[in-house]
Amino acid sequence: MSGTYLGMPAFPEAAREAVGNATLRGNLRHATHTIRAKRAKAVSEVSDWAELREAGKRIKDHTLRHLDRYLVQLEESVTAAGGVVHWAADADEANEIVTRLVKMTGEPEAVKVKSMATQEIGLNEALEAEGIRAYETDLAELIVQLGKDRPSHILVPAIHRNRGEIRDIFTREMSEWGRPAPEGLTDTPAELAETARLHLREKFLRARVGISGANFMVAETGTLVVVESEGNGRMCLTLPETLISVVGIEKIVPTWQDLEVFLQTLPRSSTAERMNPYTSTWTGTTDEDGPQNFHLVLLDNGRTDTLADEVGRQALRCIRCSACLNVCPVYERAGGHAYGSVYPGPIGAILSPQLRGTGSEIDASLPYASSLCGACYEVCPVAIDIPEVLVHLRERVVQGGEVTRAGNKVVLRPAKGHAAERAAMRAARWAFLHPGALRTGQRAASRTRRFHPRTLPGPGRAWSGTRELPPVPAEPFRDWWQRTRGGKDGDR
Amino acid sequence: MRVALFLTCVNDTLYPDTGRAVVKLLTRLGVDVDFPSGQTCCGQAHYNTGYRHEAEPLARHFSDVFGAYEAIVTPSGSCGAMVRELYPRMGERARAEGRGDTLAATLAPVVPKTYELTEFLVDVLGVTDVGAYYPHKVTYHPTCHGLRGLGLGERPRRLLQAVKGLELAELPGADECCGFGGTFALKNPDVSAAMGADKVRNAESTGAEVLCAADNSCLMHIGGTMARLRTGMRPVHIAEILASTEEEPAV
Ligand code: SF4
Repeated sequence: MSGTYLGMPAFPEAAREAVGNATLRGNLRHATHTIRAKRAKAVSEVSDWAELREAGKRIKDHTLRHLDRYLVQLEESVTAAGGVVHWAADADEANEIVTRLVKMTGEPEAVKVKSMATQEIGLNEALEAEGIRAYETDLAELIVQLGKDRPSHILVPAIHRNRGEIRDIFTREMSEWGRPAPEGLTDTPAELAETARLHLREKFLRARVGISGANFMVAETGTLVVVESEGNGRMCLTLPETLISVVGIEKIVPTWQDLEVFLQTLPRSSTAERMNPYTSTWTGTTDEDGPQNFHLVLLDNGRTDTLADEVGRQALRCIRCSACLNVCPVYERAGGHAYGSVYPGPIGAILSPQLRGTGSEIDASLPYASSLCGACYEVCPVAIDIPEVLVHLRERVVQGGEVTRAGNKVVLRPAKGHAAERAAMRAARWAFLHPGALRTGQRAASRTRRFHPRTLPGPGRAWSGTRELPPVPAEPFRDWWQRTRGGKDGDR
Repeated sequence: MRVALFLTCVNDTLYPDTGRAVVKLLTRLGVDVDFPSGQTCCGQAHYNTGYRHEAEPLARHFSDVFGAYEAIVTPSGSCGAMVRELYPRMGERARAEGRGDTLAATLAPVVPKTYELTEFLVDVLGVTDVGAYYPHKVTYHPTCHGLRGLGLGERPRRLLQAVKGLELAELPGADECCGFGGTFALKNPDVSAAMGADKVRNAESTGAEVLCAADNSCLMHIGGTMARLRTGMRPVHIAEILASTEEEPAV
């Protein structure tokens, strides 16, 4: 992934700041709870949700298992339909390809449909470095771009902002980028939306290059699909002369029929809508209609390596609905920025350390950014067992092991900073395998209980800083049992 | 029926009263309870923190100690889920790593015989009214592993509703995690404490005197937060409520 977020502190430190920020917590709490309730309702309307979820899982698993074959089929169909396919092994390669393609048009700017893949590779920054300006046209993404901010949610990148903050950003920044915000702009949703609409409309009508991602790619026909709610996507996809789509290789489905499943589960899981307001599909180029040049950049960037991991590969089923973020109690308190990646929340906690590796401090901390409560697994429309993958990645962090990196098998060493914990785990295992030793320890704790501190030293301080410890009882259960055989020999 | 009590290492060491309550309750219901003294820990903390290889010998030890019993009952949703959900997975992983079926075969016998307490009462003994008396206003927190791991569903609440004198108050945001999560509470103390504080505030809003759950680890976290926030509420394990009778009421 791009270096955009590197240098981030590990998750616990990054989260501390968010937990302490009352406005941010309020914004997040309100937004996630609202969408959570709506999603539950939208899902409960469908009588065969469990079957749809299973079907989505199976289609994705099947496609991933035969990804090589479907990618070749896709390339053939896209080419046959008049498009050009480019393969990008990593972020640098993808950025280089897109920059070259835009330069070939001679245009200094492009309009963009919100896309996770282009964020993942840091495309806007790469284009900017070459003197090309990429305008985000999704409302929330526009707010983030104008605010010189980073997205904090997959679907609602500006979820951490409230209306007042958005008005301030529009008033301050819009004139820098095009049509300024009107005088006396208020924070009513209608006024804010109208301001954004007028600002963006100028861009759509001028743009000759569009850049997008895609939610799905259909192998049999070479068709790409974008679902969205605002209509900005359709403008970007149809008005420019040149369209460049950057898409992760895992986004394929074999046939049009497979789309039927996801066009039901995706909107209900993400925006709690029965159907997306705009579903745009495009297949290569068509004479005198829509873009006359179409380029598809197929992005790997760690995906093939992830596919090599038997437990972790299920993360590639993700359809980026963001339902797992909205139910996650950790995301709700920590906010999206703490995850140090364009993929925040539970899916980010398993995807980023696989795509980027567990080498950096933030990536090694992400598998622990969960209480394993399982709410994410329960809502995921493609049944990704996120807790299972989290534990699997924790194992990689503390024990190291074999992984695939850039197609080669390498053996990872355990991450730094876990030596004391490893020793404690070994000691605990030893005691647990020797019940006599365990009992001795329990008795010692009971006998000295009057001297126990109410706060813990070392890593335990984090616990007792905010919570009271329970007192140690006078007698562990096993001693009581032995003394009374379950109360039969007299008790109390 | 002769059942083994798997008390869990946390209950044994810190919450012996829960163990006594389970013994008292099951004995009252005519169950012959044994406490195999070789028992220690199911390995959940090891497993969930990423030390699967350290957890494996503990799982084998668990099977050795409990394998011969007809049923294994535990007053902990998360330790129950460890045995039922994760032991099979440990076996599968060992197989995938080319270590054969030995681990899977060793663990298999205990998996279907392990019950969380409320499951055992409702599904195996077929009772919802256990003859308990507990004259307090109580709110129930369904812990994550009980709720989503084991799928305890309405069982604990049905048991509580049948308790004489007990007034059950609905907990807002009941199915949200309390923020304990084992080592999560140590590794992400700020987020964990914020989650705990929200849980306690929701519990307080019910006006209940007691918050009850089927897992002492979560109760330790919630209770510690209650004490720090000086709410005046108490955490109580569901077993202690169900064991309480008019003749011998729990305090
Ligand atoms: S992991 Fe599942 S719930 Fe989360 S964004 Fe992906 S598809 Fe949606």
